[in-house]
Order: sequence, then C-alpha cells, then structure tokens
Amino acid sequence: MATTPHTTLIDSDGFLLHAEDETAMRAEMTHYEQPQAACIEALKIVQRRHGWVPDEAIGAIARVLGIAPASVESVATFYSLIFRQPVGRHIVLVCDSSACFLSGFDELKQALVNQLGIDYGQTTEDDRFTLLPVCCLGACDGAPALMIDNDTYGPVTADDLPALLESYS
Amino acid sequence: MSQPTDNQPIANQRSSVRYRSRLMQSEAERHADTHPLTWRLRDDGAVVWLDEHLHKNGYQSVRKALDAGDPQAVIATMKEANVRGRGGAGFSAGLKWSLTLQGDDIPRGYLICNADEMEPGTFKDRLLLEQQPHLLIEGMILGAYANNAFYGYIFLRSEYVQAAQVLNRAIDEAREAGWLGANINGSGFDFDIAVHTGAGRYICGEETALLNALEGGRANPRSKPPFPGQSGAWGKPSVVNNVETLCNVPGVVLNGADWYQGLSGERTDDGGTKLYGVSGPVENPGLWELPIGTTGAELLDRARGMRGNHQLKAWLPGGASTGFLLPEHLALPLDFDTVGKEGSRLGTGLMTVVPQAQSMVSLMRNMEEFFARESCGWCTPCRDGLPWSVKLLLALEHGEGEPGDIELLDKLAADCGPSLTFCAHAPGAAMPLQAALKHFRHEFEQGVKKPRGEMHSTTMTHEQ
Repeated sequence: MATTPHTTLIDSDGFLLHAEDETAMRAEMTHYEQPQAACIEALKIVQRRHGWVPDEAIGAIARVLGIAPASVESVATFYSLIFRQPVGRHIVLVCDSSACFLSGFDELKQALVNQLGIDYGQTTEDDRFTLLPVCCLGACDGAPALMIDNDTYGPVTADDLPALLESYS
Repeated sequence: MSQPTDNQPIANQRSSVRYRSRLMQSEAERHADTHPLTWRLRDDGAVVWLDEHLHKNGYQSVRKALDAGDPQAVIATMKEANVRGRGGAGFSAGLKWSLTLQGDDIPRGYLICNADEMEPGTFKDRLLLEQQPHLLIEGMILGAYANNAFYGYIFLRSEYVQAAQVLNRAIDEAREAGWLGANINGSGFDFDIAVHTGAGRYICGEETALLNALEGGRANPRSKPPFPGQSGAWGKPSVVNNVETLCNVPGVVLNGADWYQGLSGERTDDGGTKLYGVSGPVENPGLWELPIGTTGAELLDRARGMRGNHQLKAWLPGGASTGFLLPEHLALPLDFDTVGKEGSRLGTGLMTVVPQAQSMVSLMRNMEEFFARESCGWCTPCRDGLPWSVKLLLALEHGEGEPGDIELLDKLAADCGPSLTFCAHAPGAAMPLQAALKHFRHEFEQGVKKPRGEMHSTTMTHEQ
C-alpha cells in the first residue's frame, strides 16, 4: 500500500493536498485490510489542515484511497464532527445530554448564546467560535460540561465563560 | 483546530474549570483482591505507564495464559466466571467468545474494543482509558488469544483526545517490551493493536454499526445474523467488547472464576465488581468500583444524597436508554437480572438522578431530542418516529398538546420496541419514554390543551 507520495497533488478540482497529509493518509491505510477504512481519518487530516472539508477535497481523498468519491462523500456527510462548511478557529461543543440537562445545561447554553451572539451551527462574525451540540461528553460528574477544541471543561458556570472564552484567541 | 498558546495566565484560567476524570476511592481503599479494575490507579490521577503496571503485577495474566497454551481454557474460565458485558447489554462475554468461529479453515479475525463511550450519564470507560491503558491492552491480548484474533482495534470516540494520546503511547510501550507484536513473550502468538478514532455519532457504539464505521463507511447497523463472531470486520470473525468488560479479563484469568464470583458475595448471582457512578443534582457526583449488586441507596449515599433541598423523584440506573426507576427501587441490588425484572436495564450502571422539581415532560423532550438526532436513519420507526415524538413532547411541554397526543406517544414508543428495528437504538429511546408515561402520566396529561369550556370552568374555579 505504501508508495512514494507526490510532492503536491493538485486535483482537477483545484484542491491542493499537502504532501505530508497524503503521507499521513497512506500511513493510516496500512492499519486496515481495505483502504476505505482510512476514509474517516483522511477527512480528519484534511480538516486539521483547513478547518473543514471543502467539496474539492472529496475527490483528492478518493484518489489517494483508491475509492469512489461517492464513498468518501457518504462518510463525510454522516459524521457530526466532519464539517462541510467553514467553521470558526475554535469549536465549542456543548453537552446537552441528560446528566448535563439535569445540572444546569439550559443556563450554560443560554449564556453561551448571549456571549457569543450565535446559536447552534453558527459561527461568530470574527470567525473565532463555532457552537455545536454534542453527545454526552462522558464528564457527567463535572456537569454541565463543554469542550473547546481538544479540551474538556466541567462543571462550567455562566460566570466561568467570559474568562474561558477569552483564553481562545 | 488551533493549539492553545503557552501563556501562563491563560492556562490558569482554563485549568480552573478543566475536567479531570477521577475515582472517588483513594489508593488506601483499593486492593488487588477486591478492586481488580482500579487498584493500580494513582491518587494523583497520573497515567499508570508500563513500568508501574509491571511493578503492580501487570501482564502476569498474559504470561499465565500463554504459558498454559490453551485458548479454550481462557474461554471456559470466562464462561464460568460469568463476566457479563459492561457496555450495557449484560451478555456473557465468555458465551460470546465461545461462539466465535475458529478452525483450520477459518481465517484469524479481530478483537475490537468498544471505547465509543457516549451513553448519556456514562463516564466510566474514560477513567480506564486515560489513566490505566495497560490493563485494557492486557485484556485485549487475552481476548485475542482466546478468540484467535491476529489484530485489534480500540474504537475510540474522537472527543477522548487525551485517551488517544495515552493509548498510543502505551501500545508503543507494550510493543517495545514484547507484549504486542510477533511472538508475544516467546509464545509464538502474534497480536497487535491500533487505535481507531471516530468522528462523532452515538450510533457508532452499536456493535455492528461500529464495524461499518471501522471499515470506513456510514455507521448504520448490520442485520444479524451473521453475528460479528461469525462474520465481522471485513468478513472475518470479530469480537467486540466494551472497555470495562476487557479490563475484567486479566483478573479472571489470573485469579479464577471462583474468586470473581466471590467478589460480589451474596448480593447477586452476577460476579465481579462494577464501575458505578452517580450524576445529576447530588452533593458528590462521582465514580466508584464496588461489588456488582450494590444498591442504588448505597450509591446515592456515597454521592452524599441529593443536592440542597432537592428530593429524589426518579432515576435512570444506567444511561438514557434505560427505564426510569422510582425511589422505592433504591433498595434493589443493581445487577442485570434484578433491574431487568423491574422493566428497566442495568445498562452501563451509572445512575442519573432526577429531582422532584424536574418536569418529566421536559426531560423526556431532551432525551428524545438526543435519540432523534442520533438515529442513523436506517429504520422507519426510529428515523421518523423519534422526531415525531419530540414534536409531541414539545407541544405537551408548552401546554399545547392535543387530545390523543399521549396515546400517540404510547404507540410511537411501542413501534420502536425490540425486534421492530435493526438495532437497539429505537428500543433504547422507547424504554425511558414508556417508563415516564407509566409512572408520571399525570404530568403529560397536564400538557394537553383543555377544551374551551373546561378551560373556562377552571378559570372560574381559580377566581372563586
């Protein structure tokens, strides 16, 4: 499965796939019997680079994995943490599952909406934050919980939010 | 996503509210013979890396099993110990393993750890993954040996970022020390592990949806049979076990089935310990390793009771897909069969408490919004029925329900019952709804609009 990576792969759609991203995708492919299995990780690799997965990236991933673009697209549209439109520099995932719901989620969500001026699926005008709901974060003894980028916080009160959000530029 | 800057004041602001997974029992309270899942954990919450794991009797179970050279004996011990699946279903892990296809003309398959912890109210696997990776790897090697698997995956939810880093480093450590890879510990047995991280979606935790996700597809469940043990990942025999289940295996192999059965004493027929937890408005939410069959009352006691002036109204024994129990059920031992007899399920065993002031209609609206959002969309009762139930619950929540709406909820829930859809997502969504409709029906009835005349007479009554 391992072949020499192209220096840069410029897709017919005009998408620039970085050489190191292609290398990372090919490394993922070696973990599985079929290259299709690296699809989710390939999407995440593109997303780490660009913040989201533009339509043009679908064809590029398909070519690296040697599968149909439709297969990549079907996966890209299924998973909630693969973003198909531009998002902010930081992703705020707020847990709305039962333990958080019973522990102050409503107040936390309202405070987020008030402070960011956006609701679910929206991005602040300065492209700083995108707000999304998320499945139970597995931090129920710290409810209500939320996640910003790679870090989980909880319990978070409305009073904690200004300083916390301010720390993400 | 952007990396945090190395700015000290900012780090402090963040660290004050950063979530840390923790066990409520100190090292002094935990012992190897009574707390097989957690006795190695450190009070400071730091990761138990390979050296410390080995120092604390680590990988001795693998040495014992490989030296004995009889994979079937591992399965027999697991069956005898009756280790029941800790992911929520409670199916005997040993029995599952005994059904895995093995033979000279059968290709070696996969041992897959389900670390897609997303059941609302559940925060147990996170602790094991983040702080004690080698116990899981040890359990996976034993599972692979028993089931003739050549390769393993840890299917990890993408939000468990820290766990991914810990597991990858631990796997490297184990491989360097000869506990993974070719010819493990000189036994001739080969097995290796990769971490596979997801990209969201609760349904990935369903065993067969997980296989589709692992293969790089949409996480729709598969029709059974064939069961994964017959034809799983890429058509090969595949065993899928929960994190906590696999972490039980080393102790069972090392100490035997009688020891495991004895851990729970006379409380229950189930053996072993359980990672129990309590969340919701209690004084001291947390996680404890206790004998399986511990009562809800003892858990609530450990959580130091309801917070402030709250009174207990109802509780979920083990996640959003289990049925509500009442305060009168607190005295019951929390094992799979006892909770099942009450019309609920033990599920993941982490209880969520509901305070008296909480509207059950609002809570059900929240829970059904979750299940509707997370439906994969394959089966009609789930894809269409769950959003419909949300619509009805929203109306009832705002006092705008129509006569007949509650009966319609009854029907939608019944249509989501077991065997009517391909997987347990819809039955899981129906179970708490049916329990809420049964125990708290009057709250739903209050959300139905009164006919005009009746509303008038009510108003008159208030004015008198």
